[in-house]
Amino acid sequence: MGAHYLSIENVDKHFERDGVSSQVLSQVNLGVERGEYISIIGHSGCGKSTVLNIVAGLIGASNGAVVLDGKEVHSPGPDRSLVFQNHSLLPWLTVYENVALAVNKVFKRSKSKAERHEWTLHNLEMVSMGHALHKRPSEISGGMKQRVGIARALAMQPKVLLLDEPFGALDALTRAHLQDEVMRIQGELRNTVMMITHDVDEAVLLSDRIVMMTNGPAATIGEILTIDLPRPRNRIALADDPLYNQYRHAVLSFLYEKQRKVEDLGARRVASPVKEQARA
Amino acid sequence: MNADAKPLKAAGPAIGLSTPAPRPSPRWLKRLRVAVVQNVIPPVVIGAILLGLWQLLCSSKGSALPPPTQVISDTWELIVNPFFNNGGNDVGMAWQLLASLKRVAYGYLLAVVAGISLGVLVGQSTWAMRGLDPLFQILRTVPPLAWLPLSLAGFKDSHPSAIFVIFITAIWPIIINTSVGVRNIPEDYRNVAKVLRLNGLEYFTKIMLPAAAPYIFSGLRIGVGLSWLAIIAAEMLIGGVGIGFFIWDAWNASRISDIILALFYVGIVGFCLDRLVALVGQLVTRGTSAS
Repeated sequence: MGAHYLSIENVDKHFERDGVSSQVLSQVNLGVERGEYISIIGHSGCGKSTVLNIVAGLIGASNGAVVLDGKEVHSPGPDRSLVFQNHSLLPWLTVYENVALAVNKVFKRSKSKAERHEWTLHNLEMVSMGHALHKRPSEISGGMKQRVGIARALAMQPKVLLLDEPFGALDALTRAHLQDEVMRIQGELRNTVMMITHDVDEAVLLSDRIVMMTNGPAATIGEILTIDLPRPRNRIALADDPLYNQYRHAVLSFLYEKQRKVEDLGARRVASPVKEQARA
Repeated sequence: MNADAKPLKAAGPAIGLSTPAPRPSPRWLKRLRVAVVQNVIPPVVIGAILLGLWQLLCSSKGSALPPPTQVISDTWELIVNPFFNNGGNDVGMAWQLLASLKRVAYGYLLAVVAGISLGVLVGQSTWAMRGLDPLFQILRTVPPLAWLPLSLAGFKDSHPSAIFVIFITAIWPIIINTSVGVRNIPEDYRNVAKVLRLNGLEYFTKIMLPAAAPYIFSGLRIGVGLSWLAIIAAEMLIGGVGIGFFIWDAWNASRISDIILALFYVGIVGFCLDRLVALVGQLVTRGTSAS
């Protein structure tokens, strides 16, 4: 296990609530290579956000460990930058200032003031936001906010980029546009990416491997599907690609046949605290 | 409903006014005219009606209060000479108001500093909240003037006592609103700070203060209103130069018209203070409320 760039080793997680302990994750094991794009897919409440938050260090694992580049993860840090679903830009700062806040903090010592300015601009240009540097988040669209969120995360030069349903709150057209953008940037930078999603097309289009999680309680990794499609990928060309559709089919059948969401009260009771805690 | 109905009604004559004009007036002029019609005419009309009523009610021989015309003729000297200074308490209205404003400024600024600090402490630390919140909830219900005898006993001087009364009046809404604002900082912002590993000072200045600013400013606005309320009452008791004592002095000398003029000034100044804090709040928190 130790040979992977990022490895999640025997991670368990249970939350205590009103004296009742609920097991959320059980024996999650995953190795991620450098430069790999991994998607984690599963039904809502299955604990995929919890996995991401444990990797980010925002919550601790009950058992097991996360090792990144030979070091165990204990707390959050800029080497694992996050892009949140709701962008979480600071509304009182401009687009430029939001990214600059991260750049100035992370590269305080290693870069000069001029270099940090250049680096901030460079990252905003990369997500095509160079035209709106001095706008505030309230003045730009949802897709643009998410671009700035991505720029901020990339600007930290993370060892692994964590995306928590980054396109979930966007309309379909904006989402497709942004997915293409992320693919292009990923092609240039070869970042290691871990993305949470519940969109099957998105997972197949973007990923090198798709990690499919079983339903909670005590969710774990059900199957891992390697997506062997050549890059760069084109969504239009792939629409008729038999291999692409085969992958899609595999993920769909895992989600809707093997792991059909049982909507009974019992499952909900276990699932809801997970969700709340994971977001908290 | 009411708020909707008013501008609609007022907009009616605006359209009626602009149609008979043969040449098209520039847009800014049209907009200015609409603004005047909507915002200036209603208060002027209501004000005139109320003044007329007052004049009617108080014009009879045996009425206890003077009508507006008499108020103006009685106080004309005070209105036209706000800056005279005959020494002692015999100074113009502007000096009276400035003396009160100075006391409010000292007390209020102390309350701002102490209130925001305590609010941050109570908002950040659960332990501090459990310990201090009951105390705050009890103390904040004590009427401002009830503190005056105690502070006179403590400070043995009227000037610091008045400032203390302002301080103790204004501080509670500031503390409570600040602590609510700090407690309501979205988890996302905290996570951003954690990922960036911001230290305590950076978190305070870059995340906490701006995120809580809308709450803090609503506390500051309530606080400034309360301190202006308290200073008038406190000055009536402590004496010296100040608009509160001016009112009390006028009552003792049966100068009812002076009291009415002073009340008018007190209202105007209170309104300006409220708007001033609101304006500063708007400038500081622009963009924060709408994410």
